[in-house]
Amino acid sequence: MGSVVSVEHVGQSFGGRTIYADVSFEVQSGEVFAILGGSGCGKSTLQRQMVGLLPPSTGKVQVLGQEMYPTDADVLTRIGVMFQGGALFGSMNLLQNVMLPLEMHADLPADARAEIARVKLGLVGLADAVALMPSEISGGMSKRAAIARAMALDPPLLFLDEPSAGLDPITAAGLDRLILDLRDEMAITFVLVTHDLASILAIADRCVMLDAARASVIAAGDPRVLRDENTDKVVHAFFHREMVAA
Amino acid sequence: MTQNRLASVKISSTPKGLTLCFAGPLDATSVAPLWLRVQHAAMNTSTALTIDLAQVPSCDTAGAAMLLQAERNHGGTAVFSGATSGVELVLNRIRPAAAVAPPRPLAQGPDWLAVMADAFRGLGDAVATLGQIAVTIARLPSRLRMFRWADFLGAADAAGVQAIPLVVLLGTLIGLILAFQSLVPMRRFGADIYVANLVAVGLIRELGPLLTAVILSGRSASAFAAEIGTMKVNQELDALTTMGVDNTTMLVLPRLFAAVLVMPVLTVLMELSGLLGMLLVLVGNGIPPVTVLHAVAHAVVPGDLFGGLFKSLLFGAAVAVIGCRSGLATGQGPRAVGQSATAAVVGGIVATVALDGLMAVLFNRLGI
Repeated sequence: MGSVVSVEHVGQSFGGRTIYADVSFEVQSGEVFAILGGSGCGKSTLQRQMVGLLPPSTGKVQVLGQEMYPTDADVLTRIGVMFQGGALFGSMNLLQNVMLPLEMHADLPADARAEIARVKLGLVGLADAVALMPSEISGGMSKRAAIARAMALDPPLLFLDEPSAGLDPITAAGLDRLILDLRDEMAITFVLVTHDLASILAIADRCVMLDAARASVIAAGDPRVLRDENTDKVVHAFFHREMVAA
Repeated sequence: MTQNRLASVKISSTPKGLTLCFAGPLDATSVAPLWLRVQHAAMNTSTALTIDLAQVPSCDTAGAAMLLQAERNHGGTAVFSGATSGVELVLNRIRPAAAVAPPRPLAQGPDWLAVMADAFRGLGDAVATLGQIAVTIARLPSRLRMFRWADFLGAADAAGVQAIPLVVLLGTLIGLILAFQSLVPMRRFGADIYVANLVAVGLIRELGPLLTAVILSGRSASAFAAEIGTMKVNQELDALTTMGVDNTTMLVLPRLFAAVLVMPVLTVLMELSGLLGMLLVLVGNGIPPVTVLHAVAHAVVPGDLFGGLFKSLLFGAAVAVIGCRSGLATGQGPRAVGQSATAAVVGGIVATVALDGLMAVLFNRLGI
């Protein structure tokens, strides 16, 4: 196993307000890695820095051995990103959505692109929904379709932003199962941003936890160990759904 | 049974202090007529304040807010007497929130320095956008697969084909109005036939391209901004970026090329419709069609037509770039897309008129 993501002393400020500072961690190949924390701690911002959407104020980010800033177009073809709302293109049906990255980056005939896209949608359980428009499907289906699109080019690394947000527990559990299956069967490394406790404990191998008040990483490691053994009051409150004692 | 929702307050002042004696339930409906009286009384006493709640059966957050604001306006601690346990509970629950000082009012006037800085930043962004589009066009051959022909044809259809009825209607009406308004004063001097010269040159040199660009701004610049803005709000632009797809190549260039392609066609249609409207008015006023057509052919030179078409190309490009840029610059929140669409229309019209002025000076210098 080697490192596929390396975040070194990364910090982010907006207008003089520090969101976090000196964040460092590595994600190993083949693991499900979670970035945790309460609302407003900068989880999604950190992920935006990892996928090439926001240069960090300080520090550096390496993905698949390449510096992310300036962003090399090549590295973007080797990662996939699922945004919180799915971010499917509203003017295209699901098949066209999944075909788009293939159309942009692969020299394949149209039939081959369609076939690959159909297979990807089948992998996430949407084989019957290829002709539906994003406006015609549920939130859970949108997230599945977005994962299929993120996998279109068979990237070894997928970033998922709040995959279970807004989903009922059964659908969320199905999505968790899908992530584990894809990790085991297709050797995909996952980096998740989430605050869904059940999902974290079910699928994450390791995690880092950010805290808005301290503007930094306050815990790192196996989430089950953090739940049972960490004595930091914020970490304890997070894993036990308690209010933080004053 | 209808509940009596009325509340009242009795204000009594003695040398020892002021007493506000409330009766009836204190809720959002019943406190409205009391609010100002209570605050005024609390503010204008320097003696102790007693709030008697013995006859208050219930109190909601609005009632509690009124009482606690009265206490704050008084400037000292008030004595709350006779409150039931329920009323006491609500007051205690609301007290910490009511104790937080209200936010300072926003600055009254605009900060002119910030306004100027924003204006210059906007100008800089506009220049940067033009540069980025120029670079993207130069790189297009190597990124041809990112240019979506379906989007180009869709934009050309929406901005061009679907605009034809409106352009023809407005063109005809503009021709009618111009001819009719010119005919009345010119007939006094026996110069009826020169109306054809006046309207034809005015339409073909100036009004045709200008009005068509205004229509394009209203119909298409706003649509471009709304489409791209909605994509931005839905994170679709972020998704494209993380796929290694250049947003300008995929979203801006098809719309820009479509607008540049359809503008001359729409301009010619606008001009022909305007001439038709003029012809109807003049023929209706006894001038033979042949005479009108002859006057038009005599008055309009190729420079007028080609100058107008050149301007239409420029206007189309300006309107499309402003529309797309407004979409790309869309902020967050439910109002952002509407603001982008408005900015696109206003920016498109202002840019068109400014460019027209610039072209007028340039053509004059070149003797066109």
